[in-house]
Amino acid sequence: MTAVLKINHIAKTFNPGTITEKKALTDVHLHLEPGDFVTVIGGNGAGKSTMLNAVAGVFPVDHGTISIDGVDVTHLPEHKRAAYLGRVFQDPMTGTAATMNIEENMALAMRRGEKRGLRWGISAMEREMYREQLSKLGLGLENRMSSKVGLLSGGQRQALTLLMATMRTPKLLLLDEHTAALDPKTAAKVLELSEMIIAKQKLTAMMITHNMRDAIAMGNRLIMMHEGRIVVDVRGEHKASLTREDLMGLFEKAAGKELDGDKLLLS
Amino acid sequence: MDIMKLLNALPSAVSQGLIWGLMAIGVYITFRILDVSDLTVDGSIATGGAVAAILIINGWNVYAALLAAFVVGMLCGLVTGMFHTFFGIPAILSGILTQLALYSVNLRILGNKANVALSVNKFRLLLSSRNVRALTLENPILILVVFGVFLVGVLYWFFGTELGCSMRATGANRNMSRAQGINTDKNIVLSLMLANGIVALAGALLAQYQGFADVGMGRGAIVIGLAAVIIGEVMFAKVFRNFALKLLAVIIGAMIYYIVIQVVLWLGLNTNDLKLLTALVVAVFLAAPHWKAKYLAGREQGKGRDGRA
Repeated sequence: MTAVLKINHIAKTFNPGTITEKKALTDVHLHLEPGDFVTVIGGNGAGKSTMLNAVAGVFPVDHGTISIDGVDVTHLPEHKRAAYLGRVFQDPMTGTAATMNIEENMALAMRRGEKRGLRWGISAMEREMYREQLSKLGLGLENRMSSKVGLLSGGQRQALTLLMATMRTPKLLLLDEHTAALDPKTAAKVLELSEMIIAKQKLTAMMITHNMRDAIAMGNRLIMMHEGRIVVDVRGEHKASLTREDLMGLFEKAAGKELDGDKLLLS
Repeated sequence: MDIMKLLNALPSAVSQGLIWGLMAIGVYITFRILDVSDLTVDGSIATGGAVAAILIINGWNVYAALLAAFVVGMLCGLVTGMFHTFFGIPAILSGILTQLALYSVNLRILGNKANVALSVNKFRLLLSSRNVRALTLENPILILVVFGVFLVGVLYWFFGTELGCSMRATGANRNMSRAQGINTDKNIVLSLMLANGIVALAGALLAQYQGFADVGMGRGAIVIGLAAVIIGEVMFAKVFRNFALKLLAVIIGAMIYYIVIQVVLWLGLNTNDLKLLTALVVAVFLAAPHWKAKYLAGREQGKGRDGRA
């Protein structure tokens, strides 16, 4: 089977040659098989979000190549890579257009990767489909389809963004700490939804989290990043039986220092 | 003070308001929908007027001249858009650069003259201030209302299409738009083109209305446009929620602006002080939401104190 995502030795330095120079990614190499659901952990500044953003094309990388589903996307701009990707962000404000209503936001997502012409922006048939999809979220959003998204709560917006990211089955789903800004109860609900959707559509996904328990409980593979590199990569049965203590041991061995677990969990 | 004098001046104020209302719709597209402050308009409105005047003088049909003005206005927007997206120059500065360059271009178009007469006696014009009190189909108010309704209708349709929706999304949230596969740079350029096309069209109508095209006719246009947008919003935000009605509110805003100007002139304001007054009025309206929020926040705090006491 061909890998869905191939990150081949990418590196990225921000503001090179200045006092704010930051080596965000030193050498990241990662291949994802179809159906892989990878959780990504690591401390602040480890390069987790930078890696996801490099895949999404938010900025060009300095070295290395990235291919999605066999297509070399290294030099494709962000809006073109979007055709392959579904993305949910940490800030609930980022994933939706606040001044547009729910159905308009969904119609925008439905046309990801397609040419946008002078046809009407949303059809009656679509509207019915959106209503059905929204009802599955169980948040009552199906009755508020013409409400502005800005009126929704953070949790509702994240659930909607998740739906928008997966409505058209993406080759790869990128979740960038998408529950970090939510209260614990809402976060649990959104995580549950994410797991359900990923399982149902057999998606290949990467999820960044600060919560070690979630990282261990979810997905079939776990990677840990440190100083711009992947230092731990466990999968399969090994991943299934992983404990927090195992993880800390693995990290110490790889990074050569003790893992500050509290910081990781709390930050 | 003679009230008849004011009433006599009102039809002219309404016509001017309608023309500037069309222009203000261009400002609304960049300022409100795309969230970009575009200062190209001071130049492109004069470009529209100059292009239309010269073409009509050279025997072009008036509708063809209007279309040409629209297209040339779009090119002005294209230049600003390229400055901003391709060369990475901040939007405000990009607009100022184009506006400055257009001053020379406009003089060229006008044959190196500062203004060119476009008399309704000599040419078949679409509208003229001369007919402002006429009870015929030639009355500019009637013609401009038809124009306004048509423009609002077309824009209502356009911003409902897939492309139009993607442009609204670009204005609402650039990050989200790119994540949904929208080329935000392209949309910013497109909207600047559309806006300046409309502004130039308004310039072409204005040149006919006033009977001349002038290289300085756009000075302060952005401020008048903003005044119209803001007055329209302040007065109708609560009642007009539909997009077409919001555009209509912009046109009405411009009309109110010109009527108010007419009233203060009638009250004895020196014409030379007009721009000062306009700037002050716009500053007050722009500041209003900020101060209102501050006042409300202060009152909330006050309540809290009372509660504890």
